[in-house]
Amino acid sequence: MDAHVAQLQMQYRNYILSLYQQGFLDDQFTELKSLQDDGSPDFVAEVLSLFFDDCVKLVGNMARALDQTGTVDFCQVGANVHQLKGSSSSVGAKRVKGLCINFKELCEAKNYEGCVRCLQQVDVEYKTLKAKLQDMFNLEKQIVQAGGIVPQVDIN
Amino acid sequence: MASDGGVSCLRSSEMPNVGIGGMELPPLDEVHVLAVDDSLVDRIVIERLLRITSCKVTAVDSGWRALELLGLDNEKASVELQRLKVDMIITDYCMPGMTGYELLKKIKESSSFRQVPVVIMSSENVLTRIDRCLEEGAEDFLLKPVKLADVKRLRNCLTGDVKLSNGNKRKLPEDSVTVNASLPPPPALTTLSTDSSDSSSPPLSPVEVFSSPLSSREDDDDVLTSSPEGSPTPEESPVRRQKMGSPGLD
Repeated sequence: MDAHVAQLQMQYRNYILSLYQQGFLDDQFTELKSLQDDGSPDFVAEVLSLFFDDCVKLVGNMARALDQTGTVDFCQVGANVHQLKGSSSSVGAKRVKGLCINFKELCEAKNYEGCVRCLQQVDVEYKTLKAKLQDMFNLEKQIVQAGGIVPQVDIN
Repeated sequence: MASDGGVSCLRSSEMPNVGIGGMELPPLDEVHVLAVDDSLVDRIVIERLLRITSCKVTAVDSGWRALELLGLDNEKASVELQRLKVDMIITDYCMPGMTGYELLKKIKESSSFRQVPVVIMSSENVLTRIDRCLEEGAEDFLLKPVKLADVKRLRNCLTGDVKLSNGNKRKLPEDSVTVNASLPPPPALTTLSTDSSDSSSPPLSPVEVFSSPLSSREDDDDVLTSSPEGSPTPEESPVRRQKMGSPGLD
């Protein structure tokens, strides 16, 4: 059983490290993890869940704003981008945040094609992150179920 | 957990008031923070940060809601009893409807709340914005994403001169653990004085009781600290604790 736990833990460690190395997560995610403890064991999962709800809502708003026949309200799009940039920053969703920075500039430039493309990228990106984090949480569950402790992963 | 769009309930700190040796500490006055942010994600995070640093938190999603809670909205006649007692207000800058700056101004214009420290949070590092807020009386300006270290720093500033709801300024005693070994540990216990001049400290988590000495904040020019903001940093300035007479010392 110990060998199995050890293997899962190593898998978990490697997985987390890869998420950081590939730029999916940044040190704000590390910060969130540090706020979790035995008294609030699901804090990270809860915050991330709210973040992804936010993504669905905001991407929907932006899609509607960009889907106008006639004049597109770029301020409206920009306001939603700003919100998404904020929440992605708060949870450490590095790639999503990076896309939002580009997106904001495209809104300011009123670049319709650019905005539409960027929105598609944002959509793909948050869904990819969601799947990756789901895998991470599943690994955590497996470790606990196998009788082990989820290791603290030192990013540095 | 704060629900969407509303006010999260006043909840006491999650930290049990248990001192070293398992002795139960009587409930101490807790620092109460009003957090204002239109982003639910950010509200949850700031709430957690504040709770970890032993604050009671009320989180709202708009400046209007904040004013309503404070009894400062013009709609209703301000009733003394209905006012929320807050020790600090922390607000996002960019919010629809009323910005954090506008909220700051309204708070500083009110006679009942102008003394309450207001901290602004923003994702944008705009110097003119920061200056404007500080000029208007903001206590501090935090760059998002906010980290635990930021909130701990704010918290340390607050412990020095938290106003009780009855308006009396509360000073903390010296850290008796290092100044006088004959005073009983943990530090928190020594502050439970029935003396009216009062020396109660904010609740510390069991881990914090020994690792973080109590700070006492005198007037600015008395603070012997090298911190740039002039705010007390207990970990760095043990000398300061010599200044005040400890309870029990002559």
